[in-house]
Amino acid sequence: MKKKIFIIVFFIFGLSQKSFAYSSDPKQFIQEIVDEAKKILVDSNTKEFKTEKLSEIALKTVDIKGVAYYSLGNYRKTLNDEQMEEYLVLFEKYFLKSFTSRLTDYSDPKIEVLTAEILNSKYTIVKSLLLATDKKPEVKIEWRVYTKNPNKPLIRDLIIEGLSLARTQKEEFASVIETNNGDITKLFVTLKEFIAK
Amino acid sequence: MTIQMIRRLIYITIFTLLLQTTSVIAGTTGSEELSKSGSQDSTKECFEGFSRAMFKFNHALDRAVFEPVAKGYRALPVPIRKGTGNVVDNLRSLLTLSNNILQGDFNRAGNTAARFGINTTAGILGIFDPAAKLGFEDQGKEDFGQTLGAWGAESGCYFVLPILGPTTTRDAVGLVGNVFIDPVYQITHNTEIDNGIVGNSTYSEHNYYYYRGTGAVDFRAKNIESWDSLEENSIDLYASLKSLYLQNRKQKIANSASAVKTQDDSDWEEIDTN
Repeated sequence: MKKKIFIIVFFIFGLSQKSFAYSSDPKQFIQEIVDEAKKILVDSNTKEFKTEKLSEIALKTVDIKGVAYYSLGNYRKTLNDEQMEEYLVLFEKYFLKSFTSRLTDYSDPKIEVLTAEILNSKYTIVKSLLLATDKKPEVKIEWRVYTKNPNKPLIRDLIIEGLSLARTQKEEFASVIETNNGDITKLFVTLKEFIAK
Repeated sequence: MTIQMIRRLIYITIFTLLLQTTSVIAGTTGSEELSKSGSQDSTKECFEGFSRAMFKFNHALDRAVFEPVAKGYRALPVPIRKGTGNVVDNLRSLLTLSNNILQGDFNRAGNTAARFGINTTAGILGIFDPAAKLGFEDQGKEDFGQTLGAWGAESGCYFVLPILGPTTTRDAVGLVGNVFIDPVYQITHNTEIDNGIVGNSTYSEHNYYYYRGTGAVDFRAKNIESWDSLEENSIDLYASLKSLYLQNRKQKIANSASAVKTQDDSDWEEIDTN
């Protein structure tokens, strides 16, 4: 009997694990994320539900740590281990809030995944198109996919109409640090304020 | 105050700012270059205090005037908005055509001229866009700032103009240059001349400002959600806008739709997380 239960539990667990596995092909990987997001971003779902589910997707598919390092630019070399640990925790919260907030206003988005361009062994750019609605024009979206581990691609940047969100974020962080005379702890304060609002 | 006086005031403001820009470049190193934070973009911030103040002023003006007007415009039926946007774009394409020629880009110039001809006639003064269906796709707008960039001019200094918003030394010179090569400006501003080439007594300067104003409202209306999202998710909105403006200009000058082709990617290469 115990053995049977074990097999059933193992089978269910195995199935659920399988449903969380994304394709290793960058284009298919983005297609799966888009399909998953579409199901979440329907009118009938509450904003809280959308936020929770989009956060779950982001945690699995975005290289949040990589984006965190990138956003800090050369300033990351000035942090000690303790500060870096604090920064990474803050950044993840900031990123998830910012990322989900940008998306939850979209309702039933229609995105066509078009092509993939391999830049090198570490990066592939997947091109897609957010189709126009009555209110919004058509938007080109490129996904910078980190493929160093070919079995587990991760998103590192979204390039909307040629404008890189990660670069914008990086320059925003640099501005906060520079306007506070290079005091990086002021960035931490700003991130905490953003998370709390 | 007549429109001509307002125009002169705008010119004087731009030229004063340009003089200030030049003196700041000559006299100081400006604020920290973006390259120090890992970016290869070397556009300097010359008088950030002034620019941040102008940004606040523009932002307040947007909230008080432009945003409500854009929201009102958004309430119009889609065909009316689309037709209005098309008419404005069609007129704007004449400035693009001048710049296509100045850049020596005759393929694009041909495409722009064909689009203008088809859309003005078959498209009923530009309300419709039959040219796209005939294979003459919109290839993007050009202005004199982009032409200067295509000729090799560096961006110079970044600053924010009252009402007109973010710019650089090169793009501010481009703003002035635009009026000399924009056929719509020349036709509406030289009403005393009517020689069949420049000037036309049927139009007045007002027509030009209505056209530009409508274009601005149409653009703002198309970007209500994007701007709201940027506002809500920025920890330094001024810096976000600056970054987006500079990225966008770089791309437009390169006539590229991809950031990968116009931005330096080396700062991504050194980050390894798995």
